[in-house]
Amino acid sequence: MTDKLYVGTRKGLFVLARKAAGWDIVETRFLGEPVSAVLAVDDMVLVALDLGHFGPKVWRRAGNDDWTEMQAPAFPAKPDDAEDDPHPWSVGRIWNLTPGGVDGRIWAGTMPGGLFRSDDNGATWALNEPLWMMPDRLKWMGVAGGEQPGLSTVLVDPEDPAKLTLGVSCAGIWQTTDTGKTWRNIGDGFYNEYMPPDQQRDPIGQDIHQIAHCRAHPEVIWCQHHSRIYRSTDYGATWHPIETARPSGFGFAVAAHPEDPETAWFVPAIKDEQRFPVDARLVVSRTRDGGKTFEVLNKGLPDRHAYDLVYRHALGIDASGTQLAFGSTSGGLWISEDGGETWTAPDCRLPPVACVRFQLGQG
Amino acid sequence: MPTVFFTNQLARFIEAPTATVAGGTLAEALEQVFADHPKLRGYILDDQGAIRQHVAIFVDGTQAKDRTRLTDSVSEDSEIHVFQALSGG
Repeated sequence: MTDKLYVGTRKGLFVLARKAAGWDIVETRFLGEPVSAVLAVDDMVLVALDLGHFGPKVWRRAGNDDWTEMQAPAFPAKPDDAEDDPHPWSVGRIWNLTPGGVDGRIWAGTMPGGLFRSDDNGATWALNEPLWMMPDRLKWMGVAGGEQPGLSTVLVDPEDPAKLTLGVSCAGIWQTTDTGKTWRNIGDGFYNEYMPPDQQRDPIGQDIHQIAHCRAHPEVIWCQHHSRIYRSTDYGATWHPIETARPSGFGFAVAAHPEDPETAWFVPAIKDEQRFPVDARLVVSRTRDGGKTFEVLNKGLPDRHAYDLVYRHALGIDASGTQLAFGSTSGGLWISEDGGETWTAPDCRLPPVACVRFQLGQG
Repeated sequence: MPTVFFTNQLARFIEAPTATVAGGTLAEALEQVFADHPKLRGYILDDQGAIRQHVAIFVDGTQAKDRTRLTDSVSEDSEIHVFQALSGG
């Protein structure tokens, strides 16, 4: 069981710890500043800030050291022949920080779609140029108010750190088996309702809100797509639509059980123009049979007048698959220690929540 | 010598003291400050060296006209003020 939880919000970082009386906030940092991503591994914490005036920043704390600002990811000089690029060559937001499976390696997915790699625990970053320089990247579409493509997820194969699977809003699934030297767009079976009919099944046009894999069976990947939930059992090559989700199949976040490939959690909402919980009743949906059926879990969650939306990175799961936590756009935060059966809310009213991550690397 | 003043808001993150610099253009003036404070560059300029969308720079009371290449002229007694714009945040 992990006993530390990191919550990044529109107005700062909140660290919670499990105490005898329950989970409570034990530290605040960067109050007033938007936190867009957080990663805590052993005694290192890496935080991405999305400063409204001064741009994206990376701060790190290791052990008992003070917080220190690191170099932020940045694009190289835009070449003269890149004039037809519809997206800026400047990092707008760092959207995720993901351990790379090799000592010191961390991947950062960003808006407008650049993937950055650090081999020194986030101190310095280099753009993955093969992905950014692909001609197909010019077809990527913007989302999330910023009108920029967002690289929302980086899945790293637990056995092979050279194999990465990316989820992009809005450019589908991209995969490499050579640490990013070459990339291919995969995803047969996806379809959407927001593109012209002849493009609805094009893998590059898919709005991948979030993907999550089963650590013990990484060939099993769950996808919370803009249009519905999908599941792949062949490492993302083909995707099967799941139409049985209750109370809806729309949402942003997904958490996969680390050992059981049949189990995953979602936080559903009314699709897609309204985006609040069905009947204003906040629930988590869980499947334990690969998506054939879903349970609606709401013990401890608001039963009425709840307008909480849960963003892509705001549903966290620990390494054991028993602890989950999620935060909402209304500043709600709920934690479960029994796989989602029951939820408790720490005594706080947070700013809008962007990301929720349990500390990694502990038993 | 031109003088560069930075908004106090930067002090929450980074040291940005008032600096006396040389330089005939805004770019040259700022480069001298960044030489002593490398991390400050990313707070004021984006990845391509343009003024960040929500940063405002005034040269002698007038907003910088060239936000991309910072070619605005700076004279010997110019005052350059770097603010956060009234937007974003």
